[in-house]
Amino acid sequence: MNSKTKIAIASGKGGTGKTFISTNLFNVLQKRDFNIALVDCDAEEPNDREFLSGELQYTHKVTQKVPVIDESKCTYCGKCKEYCNYNAIFFLKDTKMIKVLDELCHGCGACSVACNDNAIIEKDDLLGSVSQYGVSTNSALIEARMNVGVYSPVNVIKHAIKETVGFDLVLLDSPPGTSCPFIQTVATADYVVLVTEPTPFGLSDLMQSVDTLKSMGKSYGVIINRAGLGNNDIYDYLQLENIPLLMTVPFDKRIAVSYSNGELLTNLYPDWDVKFNQLYDTIIEQYGNSNN
Amino acid sequence: MEIAIISGKGGTGKSSISAAFATLQNEIVLTDCDVDAANLYLLFNPVCGEEYAFVSGQKAVINQEKCDSCGVCIDYCRFDAIVEKDHKITVLETLCDGCVLCSRICPREAICIVNEDKSRMYAGYFQNGRMVYGRLAPGEENSGRLVNLVREKAKQIAKESGIPNIIIDGPPGIGCPVISTITGVDAVVIVTEPTMSGLHDLKRTLEITAGFKLHTSVIINKFDINTDMTSRIETYCYQNGIQVIGKLPFDPLIVEAMVNCQSITDYAPDSDISKLIRNTYSKIITV
Repeated sequence: MNSKTKIAIASGKGGTGKTFISTNLFNVLQKRDFNIALVDCDAEEPNDREFLSGELQYTHKVTQKVPVIDESKCTYCGKCKEYCNYNAIFFLKDTKMIKVLDELCHGCGACSVACNDNAIIEKDDLLGSVSQYGVSTNSALIEARMNVGVYSPVNVIKHAIKETVGFDLVLLDSPPGTSCPFIQTVATADYVVLVTEPTPFGLSDLMQSVDTLKSMGKSYGVIINRAGLGNNDIYDYLQLENIPLLMTVPFDKRIAVSYSNGELLTNLYPDWDVKFNQLYDTIIEQYGNSNN
Repeated sequence: MEIAIISGKGGTGKSSISAAFATLQNEIVLTDCDVDAANLYLLFNPVCGEEYAFVSGQKAVINQEKCDSCGVCIDYCRFDAIVEKDHKITVLETLCDGCVLCSRICPREAICIVNEDKSRMYAGYFQNGRMVYGRLAPGEENSGRLVNLVREKAKQIAKESGIPNIIIDGPPGIGCPVISTITGVDAVVIVTEPTMSGLHDLKRTLEITAGFKLHTSVIINKFDINTDMTSRIETYCYQNGIQVIGKLPFDPLIVEAMVNCQSITDYAPDSDISKLIRNTYSKIITV
């Protein structure tokens, strides 16, 4: 695989095992001394650090520009409100009431452009942080963590992904769903691993993820987690759509227990260490095929 | 009474538990606010007479005939969404935030704005009453606004038809759609699981609900997967004055019920798990 390859681990449905797959895949590859970073892009609920420990190397604050209105200069013309496409400026002309609703602001700067009276300056609003933990000499965990009460994790995710420039291989543990946070994560990926479970909910959300990835022109494969529960519809779907099945993980209480304790399966059981190494080889093979 | 079921961590069993609660009474308004991955309609197959389009945002498109590649829009765009490629200015759709500033400042008026209107809201009937749900089109944002619309519709239906209770199946996470789901509800139920991740996410979710001063209780699902972790969660809840109203064991019957398109309480009404769920629900509505 070429340098600077990004693999995203994603799923439509939450709780299918993205973090489980990401942390274990990272673990076997860091043991092989890869120059690798795992980015926890689930900034609303980052969990990778429950499974991996490392020394904190840096923490960067992620901020966003938010306007502040200087009412001594404001002429209450209302042009900033007209320019704001996010309803983040509350304005009543008659009573000369003007207020910025910080939580609705996207920091686009349109209001500053709109204002002819130099009445808008900008301050930095804290959205969250990006921290890097060294797991081994050559590998690191980069965590995107949105502050509680912030509305969107997208900016924090983007900053975290930007921090990966020095690594040859990057794994992106994605947020659930198929909306903005998911798109921002997988948009930068060369290959996407979709983790699902063989239930009607899992299948429905998988189909939506596949449609999204198709429209983005991404290559992808699927891992079925908790195989044995549910039914076989998902296997039929993969066959019909000709989607590569990269690995199946059976429903197994020892897996559930190790996960619940924050332990890595690949450290506990040598057979799983082998399987995750094989998973990497399968991904590389699929990725190579999709590029030819 | 409006009851929101949320979880922080995904996949803890919100939808299965919401489905069970919704089928414990004859008249309910069931609301699926996980607009990013709506699933309850798969179980109940509602008959929806009403469908509404939802404009989630806007995107910029360059009119190449008018564009003279001056690049002013690139300087103004704070989302790095406009680039010059092969002497042509183009908008990177996935990065465009829809702020519309580029179209306002373009000296050639060469940028038009298109609505993103593929998301939908549906309202109709299911076996136990009424159902409202939203489906956000892939890649679209503003799911919080769609959640608000869905909740408004549910409240309107409840009022008009005299249905006392609304059950809301919420989204995972702690961001905008979750905040929209719980703002102003009468009770929040957080479904968690006894894992390190579950506990970590529960803490962040409780920070959100405490900030809104909402009546909050916790259900520990699959509690027998790790009883030590269950005790840790119970202790944490006790120390923070949060009541644990139910502990449900892992039961393959839950998945079986889902495969058969039924709630667990309809599929296996006499099972132990169903009895526990009924008992848990009674604690919520007597609050």
